[in-house]
Amino acid sequence: MFENLALTTLQELWWVLASVVGSLFLFMTFVQGGQTLLWQLGKNETEKSLILNSIGRKWELTFTTLVLFGGALFAAFPKFYATSFGGAYWVWIAILFTFIVQAVSFEFRKKPDNLFGPRGYEAFLFINGALGILLIGTAVGTFFTGANFVLNEYNLVQWTNPLRGLEAAGNMFNLSLGLFLVFNSRVLGALYLLNNIDFSGLDDFRKRTVDAVLNNFLAALPFLLVVLIGLLTMKGFDVDPASGQVQMIGFKYLKNLVAMPYLLAMLLVGLGLVIYAVYSAKFRENYRGIWPGGLGTVMVGLTVFFTAGFHHTPFYPSLADAQSSLTIYNASSSHYTLTAMTYVALLIPGVLAYIAYVWRQMDRKKLQASEVEGPKAQESY
Amino acid sequence: MIEHFDLGTVNWARAQFALTAMYHWIFVPLTLGLTFLCAFFETIYVKTGKEEWKELAKFWMKLFGINFAIGVATGIILEFEFGTNWANYSWMVGDIFGAPLAIEGIAAFFLEATFFAVMFFGWDRVSKGFHLFSTWMVAIGSNLSALWILVANGWMQFPTGMTFNPDTARFEMQNFFDVVLSPYAISKFTHATTSGFALSSLFVIAISSYYLAKKRHVLMAKRSIAVAAVFGLVSSLMLAFTGDEAAFIDAKHQPMKLAAMEGLWNGQTAAPIVAFGLVNGMKEPGDYNEPFIFEFHVPGILSLLANRKIDSFVPGINDLVFGNKNQGITGAAEKIEKGRLAVKYLAEYKEAQKSGDLARASSALNRFNLHKSYLGYGHLQAPKDIVPPVSITFYSFHIMVAVGTGMILIFFLYLAFTARGTLEKQTWLYPLGFIFFLLAFMAGEAGWVVAEVGRQPWAIQDLLPVTVARTDIPSSNVKLTFFMFFVTFTLLLIAEVRIMLKQIQIGPKEVK
Repeated sequence: MFENLALTTLQELWWVLASVVGSLFLFMTFVQGGQTLLWQLGKNETEKSLILNSIGRKWELTFTTLVLFGGALFAAFPKFYATSFGGAYWVWIAILFTFIVQAVSFEFRKKPDNLFGPRGYEAFLFINGALGILLIGTAVGTFFTGANFVLNEYNLVQWTNPLRGLEAAGNMFNLSLGLFLVFNSRVLGALYLLNNIDFSGLDDFRKRTVDAVLNNFLAALPFLLVVLIGLLTMKGFDVDPASGQVQMIGFKYLKNLVAMPYLLAMLLVGLGLVIYAVYSAKFRENYRGIWPGGLGTVMVGLTVFFTAGFHHTPFYPSLADAQSSLTIYNASSSHYTLTAMTYVALLIPGVLAYIAYVWRQMDRKKLQASEVEGPKAQESY
Repeated sequence: MIEHFDLGTVNWARAQFALTAMYHWIFVPLTLGLTFLCAFFETIYVKTGKEEWKELAKFWMKLFGINFAIGVATGIILEFEFGTNWANYSWMVGDIFGAPLAIEGIAAFFLEATFFAVMFFGWDRVSKGFHLFSTWMVAIGSNLSALWILVANGWMQFPTGMTFNPDTARFEMQNFFDVVLSPYAISKFTHATTSGFALSSLFVIAISSYYLAKKRHVLMAKRSIAVAAVFGLVSSLMLAFTGDEAAFIDAKHQPMKLAAMEGLWNGQTAAPIVAFGLVNGMKEPGDYNEPFIFEFHVPGILSLLANRKIDSFVPGINDLVFGNKNQGITGAAEKIEKGRLAVKYLAEYKEAQKSGDLARASSALNRFNLHKSYLGYGHLQAPKDIVPPVSITFYSFHIMVAVGTGMILIFFLYLAFTARGTLEKQTWLYPLGFIFFLLAFMAGEAGWVVAEVGRQPWAIQDLLPVTVARTDIPSSNVKLTFFMFFVTFTLLLIAEVRIMLKQIQIGPKEVK
């Protein structure tokens, strides 16, 4: 069935699949958003426990989505995996580090004799939510602003900046994208908590959470504007379809959006959905905003990835040697591997279905304070 | 292809991989087996409806959860370390190696991640049946994840189902099923998972023995031991069987590893197995030093293990380094020579292509194809480079086998005394259960040392040495991250052990 697809079709298909996984990860960062809101919203142990037990039942899904994003890129675009992870060494190490400390924190925080004390694990969660997402944002930013590498004739990478990837955080566009993602994750985190927790008798806590939705959205706006203005006005890397040569052209990404108007529509609808979610939480007391907000985030994410990868665009441009830039066509696995992986991808709808079913089973009843305090406290995060 | 070898980077990258893999393997075997034991306990609860089985299951699940979290923390590094420290590897074999890692995410990690939340927080939110189903899904998911990563590791030991593409300068997959169903993949999976089952059974036995010794939670402890002893005995027997199979395929595809495992320097018919011995660490290929300071060996058994024939020939380290015409074994010098030609013609092909000289490119390609199966050898400096560290491989292998054999006896004793109803009187057995629990950790780590150190100098057996597989990065970076991970993992391990000990001290909730 898939054997007959052209290599370019498979490459594009896998860019779409990787983009979907990456965008779903951005939605799932409501977990990280909730982590950074912990100290701000949770004024006592019950409130903190409610926050951690709410997002804590999803942290592994977020973590796994990130791992799958990495795995899918490795399988489908190994040249990117090798170039970026081996080259931008420190940025990835720093990101991974924040996820190591996250993985134990929910489980260990409240257990006796846990070495670092509850505040220590709460700090780990904050670091993961703030620094981890910020650096992921700056790394994604390099899809547009470029990275410092050269590939030799054997496609082996040499990085040309001693900061090994951390230099990306010095670029205003990258940094703004990172900060936008941090604040957006906090918007989503607050929206998720509003949807998932039974706030009966916890009115102050609810109000703080509602306020967090709006405040973090407002904090995200300037960074969003820098990203959008930057994206629409910046010079970008372009592949000449005839010669395969990569060169800088003016308004590259604006041209991409004009050439692919559905992306422009997706971007606007996505942002509109996030605004609607914020508005309805703050002014309509509608607490189901995580769904439009999440869908909006996925749409914005897809726009970012598609703009970076399609329409003769290298998705990982090289600042040091434009001809080393990676496109979805020169960085991919072979036709055979992409075909085999496409068969495997048939499992994805089934996976999504059982995740959705279990999610529904676990979340149809809102989390109550009685589930995280008193005798039940021992069995919760 | 690679102009210079920075051995500092290579060795720090190897050390870092060893560190993260060995830390990861402290926690993973417990995850693999304890989750099945939890599923057994919960199944008994659902079948009998007795609340004490539910509390018993919940107690072991609590310990499982503490262990699982840190297993996840150490696991994420392993996946991404292929990229950060082994970038050339990731490009050169990513076409094959990336697929199992991605499948692991799609087909296994999500099962674990999704149903884990139900297992821990779903007792009052889903039906009894669905909860049990979720616990089984966590067990199956964890073991499926082991399957896919071991498929990937098996391929590193025995690369199959692929070919080298000179245009992209990488290995590319040609047959997915050859990769997934290779004898190494199956052997690695069965051997590693059963070792996890055995270790987890010992974990349950050791803690339950502590309760018996303290005369606390006696009924719970006896019940836990009954289930764990059965599971452990079956697993340890399987472990021995799969271990034998692993040695058999090593003889076919990684004869150097087998020779190092047994300290066999000169090949022989009716080759002996060394029951125990002290390796002469000064011995080098081709010299006249004795291989052992002392040893006790049993003739013919290595031949039986390797070839299923007691009087068959098993090549030694010297045969593989210098060749043995009588046995049709090509020496490393000849392979290195051919490998260097392959490297040279590949470079020539690339150069000719770049300059547009198609005739020269075609001629270089033809010559490259003649020698391409030795490409990996072209990067070695000298024939003796193909010898892995013999002492480490030898001792690791023997520790593993000795502990694995002893385990069978321990499980048998626990089971026998349980069946006779006299376990509470056998207080002498409890310390043994605990000691073997610790030894089983050591054996598991030793097993990985055999598999990975015994494969040196290869990242991919015969195709890609570690010196080429590394990232082009100054060694100071890798050294720094090594210590970062070392400190972090050690602190987290201390935290985990303290938490675990406290929870064991608290014990399960007794049902009135």
